[in-house]
Amino acid sequence: MTETSRPGMSRRSTLALMGAGAVTFATPWVARAQAKTIKIGMPTILSGRVAQLGTSSRNGVMIEVDKINAAGGLAGRQIEMVIRDSKGAPQEAARVARELVNTDGCEILVDAEASSGAFAVHEVARDLGVFCIHTNSETSSLTADPKQHIPNAFRTARQGVHDSIVGGGYAAAIAKAKGLKKWATCSPDYAYGRDTTGEFVYYLKQFAPDVEIISDAWPKLFQPDYTEVVTKILQAKPQALYSALWGGDLTSYIDQANIYALFGQMEVFAVNMADYTALTVVKNLPKGIHSGNRYIKTYPATAENAAWGDAYKAKYNEYPTNWSWENATAVMLIAEASRKANSADGKKLADAMRGLTIKSPFGADGTVTMRAEDQTLIGYAIGWGTTIANEPYVPEVKSGDWKQILALEAEWKKTKGYT
Amino acid sequence: MDLDALTGCLASSACLVTQTTSGFIIGMLLFLVAVGLTLIFGVLKVVNFSHGAFYMFGAYFAMTAYQVTGSFALAMFCGAAGTAILGLVFERVFMSRVYGGDVLMQLLVCYAFVLIFDDVVRLVWGPEFRSMGMPSAFQVPPLFIAGGVVPPYYLLLIGVALAVAAILGVGLARTKVGKVIRAAAHNPGMVSALGINTGLIYGGVFALGGMLAGLAGALAAPVRSLTPGMGFSVLIESFIVTVIGGMGSILGALIGALLIGMIRSYGSLGFPLFTDGLMYLFMVIVLVARPTGLFGKEVA
Repeated sequence: MTETSRPGMSRRSTLALMGAGAVTFATPWVARAQAKTIKIGMPTILSGRVAQLGTSSRNGVMIEVDKINAAGGLAGRQIEMVIRDSKGAPQEAARVARELVNTDGCEILVDAEASSGAFAVHEVARDLGVFCIHTNSETSSLTADPKQHIPNAFRTARQGVHDSIVGGGYAAAIAKAKGLKKWATCSPDYAYGRDTTGEFVYYLKQFAPDVEIISDAWPKLFQPDYTEVVTKILQAKPQALYSALWGGDLTSYIDQANIYALFGQMEVFAVNMADYTALTVVKNLPKGIHSGNRYIKTYPATAENAAWGDAYKAKYNEYPTNWSWENATAVMLIAEASRKANSADGKKLADAMRGLTIKSPFGADGTVTMRAEDQTLIGYAIGWGTTIANEPYVPEVKSGDWKQILALEAEWKKTKGYT
Repeated sequence: MDLDALTGCLASSACLVTQTTSGFIIGMLLFLVAVGLTLIFGVLKVVNFSHGAFYMFGAYFAMTAYQVTGSFALAMFCGAAGTAILGLVFERVFMSRVYGGDVLMQLLVCYAFVLIFDDVVRLVWGPEFRSMGMPSAFQVPPLFIAGGVVPPYYLLLIGVALAVAAILGVGLARTKVGKVIRAAAHNPGMVSALGINTGLIYGGVFALGGMLAGLAGALAAPVRSLTPGMGFSVLIESFIVTVIGGMGSILGALIGALLIGMIRSYGSLGFPLFTDGLMYLFMVIVLVARPTGLFGKEVA
């Protein structure tokens, strides 16, 4: 009896081909890794009340991508940005991120979502294993919590706990000098607002133990009307108010609080005030709001920072925002990691990026570092000051001390059970 | 839950004045949007899901007029008149084609225009949030009444809304036009048989509804940030108001809006983490007790 072979493919080779196909479709970025251009996917918020910040994220990325492409690209590959609107909805951010990788063939994700969406994109990065860099989420736990840690995800956004340490120290000094013991808080009711406010209060009380929080308000993210929140705070009669509201929410709040003369009745500490987004939109900006620096071209007061801010304005006809520099930093780090690894491969980029220090216009000492242990950015310029209604908006910024920030952050991580 | 704060407030005249005024402010803006919604439903039997867009356009028209002319009164007029014209065109060109049709078709047309209107605003005014700014005439210290804080601008807002409620109430009950509108709502076929142009009435009512939402947007513009899609959140609360008050009832819209305003205002003190939940809970209670809403009528 002779064995005859059937024409066409054997069952075994069919199965092998199907298996290879399944792997290819499941991890399309692997199959496309050798493409000449490298696609970088970017889910961000391009519509709704924070669209301006999403647009400024895109601009921050593009200003640096254009430079890299002009210089020959990422390890010889031209960058093609694929930027999609998530509308600020976490489920949409996750869907868009997945589509960018699986359908559009993006090999890198620049996650320019607010915290609400960033955690959703983080899970997509965990699932797909794609190199991902979070650029806007400041919620500390995103990188501080070991449960969130994945080797392929990094963060170039400032961290809430860093702002809170510097802000807590700054506010405590004013509280002691002016006898501000009764405080209220008003922050958006989601991960960033809750975490950052909790951290600010923690450090405020560390530095000024006799401070007491007598009222707190948690308006929804993108809430249109803050009347009941404003009146609730007025009823409590605090001597000082802390707020982590941002963007259009902050400007709405200021407009509505202004007509109750709230700003004349208490000292206000709004961590997100000193950003051109808010500073230039509010028509009747009250004097003397204390704020953390977000992005202003006069801080850090270096020629490099001023030049970067001016170049951005020349190109986009508006000043950069906090999200702009955070996104630009992501691209700067990717470029440097690519040079170091001589590759644009996601895994090699991740290896090269851990512990990487680069020169930066946004660095406290002219450099920023991607800390290896939790893959988050440190060393950026961070400080607090008092706003005025016109440029330079925050004439004097009291800088935070990174030595102190890192020491207190390490203690904070222990108290949270992160280390 | 912070019942101490709530009871403490109820025992303080200053707090009562501030929180009650706050409830009125929230409620009166909602009323202006909801009354247009309920009026359109009452006469045209259409649930206008695109109603929030008129609120948005009213705010943008007012901001633009204010930036060009510097006149607050003209800004309010442009916000209201602009949306009235927009409402009339929208009704005549698009909505009039789906009357009496499938509810799903009406809903789809409205939803399509929510997206289109949002994109129009994005194209014309940009995607970023904008601020109109408070007119200098109202940049004055708040009034202190019995120790409570009352901003003068909000007194104007409440006054305008109450005037609208009164004019609508009297206009519909006592005038000939009002009687024709009510007749058209009850039996459009009979009104048409009497030689009255029902198309004109429908267009007029839709324009009036749009105008009221636009006026609300214009009044809100100095104190709220303007952004494409801003009408959506106010639309949801307006639906709650109309459901509580009864679809088609102007008095119901007024009472419903005030109740929601008070729930938001006092709820933020006593139930700060459940204020939105309270609104929905109240709506459920009303629907269980009176499925047609507080002032709604059974459809025969």
